[in-house]
Amino acid sequence: MSTLHTVNKSPFTHNTLASCIAICVEADGILLLEDGVFGAMKTTPCAFHLSDLIRQGTKVYALEDDVKARGLLEKLLPGVLLTNYTRFVQLSIEHRCVQSWY
Amino acid sequence: MAKKILLISRHAPYGTSTAKEALDALLAASVYDQDLGVLFMDDGVFQLLAMQDSAAIEQKNIAAILPVLPLYDVENIYVHWESMQQRGITTTELVLNAAQVIDSDAVSCLLAQQDQLLSF
Repeated sequence: MSTLHTVNKSPFTHNTLASCIAICVEADGILLLEDGVFGAMKTTPCAFHLSDLIRQGTKVYALEDDVKARGLLEKLLPGVLLTNYTRFVQLSIEHRCVQSWY
Repeated sequence: MAKKILLISRHAPYGTSTAKEALDALLAASVYDQDLGVLFMDDGVFQLLAMQDSAAIEQKNIAAILPVLPLYDVENIYVHWESMQQRGITTTELVLNAAQVIDSDAVSCLLAQQDQLLSF
């Protein structure tokens, strides 16, 4: 009965990640892609809340290709899981619904 | 007389084409022998991170293009300090050694000196 949330906007210019975090529950997953991967950094306004979610069991994923493109590999929040497009497809099947925050 | 022109680049690379279009405009403008500068601020500072590898998303690596700017006589390169600070970016992570890190007050002065602003 869980939802996969996808976020593709930077948390510094949009409040999509904050909206997502406010709605997200433990059984849900969050997938960060495109400019959304900036939200996986240690140094964002949302980092504290995102860490809390990870501690509570929410899985937070970031698309590895988008992370690497932006040079963020060394700057990620601990607990963020790197993923690829194949796994993205699996995740969207494993979750009951997908909500795109864009 | 040469005009003072400043291009302001405020968007992250790759998610949209805005950052790349700003660079193209900057390189095009450099041909006209004006007093040209560029300011990176807000998410635009992410363009300067050195460790970018965009091969897998099939886009041109912005960090590989930026170092040619001085060769095109774009020597006035500015980065907004507060934008870097908010994003946890340090000067050692920047791909451009020639870039001058300036605070908001200095940005205000810089803008006041220009004849023309190009906003991206």
